[in-house]
Amino acid sequence: MGVMKRLGGIVQAKANKALDKAENPADMLDLTYEKQMENLTKVRRALADVATAKKRLELQASELQGQAQKLQDQAKQALGQGNEDLAREALSRRAALAEQLQGLGTQHQQVETQQQQLETTAQRLQTQVEAFRTKKETLKASYTASKAEAGIGEAVSGISESMASAGMTLDRAQDKIAQMQARAGAVDELLDTGALPDALGGGDDIQRQLDATTQQSQVDTELAALKAQIGAGAPGAGELPSGAGAPSEGGAPAQPADPGTGGPS
Amino acid sequence: MIVRILGEGRYEVPDPDLPTIERLDAQLVAAMEAADEATFSTTLSELLDEIRRKGALIPPDDVRTSGLAVPHDGSTLVEVRSLLDEEG
Repeated sequence: MGVMKRLGGIVQAKANKALDKAENPADMLDLTYEKQMENLTKVRRALADVATAKKRLELQASELQGQAQKLQDQAKQALGQGNEDLAREALSRRAALAEQLQGLGTQHQQVETQQQQLETTAQRLQTQVEAFRTKKETLKASYTASKAEAGIGEAVSGISESMASAGMTLDRAQDKIAQMQARAGAVDELLDTGALPDALGGGDDIQRQLDATTQQSQVDTELAALKAQIGAGAPGAGELPSGAGAPSEGGAPAQPADPGTGGPS
Repeated sequence: MIVRILGEGRYEVPDPDLPTIERLDAQLVAAMEAADEATFSTTLSELLDEIRRKGALIPPDDVRTSGLAVPHDGSTLVEVRSLLDEEG
């Protein structure tokens, strides 16, 4: 059997199951109306949830984007220090982040589809609720006439079917929201615990290495200055005659030696 | 024939256009049996487009029921499979 026929049957079955069998047709109309209102409220609530999920994804994406930018800057800084390995590391972490960002982008698209389908559903339900409210009063007024009973049956099954299908759209949206929240939760946790910088490349250890190199070169500068002072005061004190340690007038330090990171200068 | 697109609405499709829609429906079944996600996805899009193009959208206050239903736009093969498994 085709998908359309099977799915049509499922919608029907759901509609029949949800149908309130009341003895009195007038009660049946009222019950259906109440159910319609509940249905509409549920769809609207789901719409609010979708909007929240979307906002959360957007915030996360911008946070990840910030991290990616930071890694880009760090790669540049590392290259400036002549440390190509570190630059490469920063860039490869940035690539991992880009992948994560792409995943968020895909999800963002899915949320928008859900949002659109729920909005359509809410609008349709709203129109149906309004139309049915008028119709049920007309039907109630005339239901004693046997021919009106058929009209009631038809109206109620039509509404039930559309509520069943709205229910399916709602279930699907809720599944999607749950999946999205699970993923968003995982990303949040990574961002919060700082696991992301290490695992995916916020690059705190990269920053440490960059800072260490900067610090090392400061130490070298100071060391050179000290050597210069000592060299000026007491020459030949057993120091190794390194090029950088050559005494200079006025104690101004010479350019420090390469700190020995092994990178090309 | 009235066809419902889940999450979208009902369309009244003229009888002469039904064979094309049924053919796409059969392709959808074949893609599901072959677990071919890519074909499933393109076929579903084609089927939805065909219904939208050939059918006339029924206003929400029209209470007629539909005999056929098509999955939500953007549904995956796995989603549709679990949807169909719901009842029996």
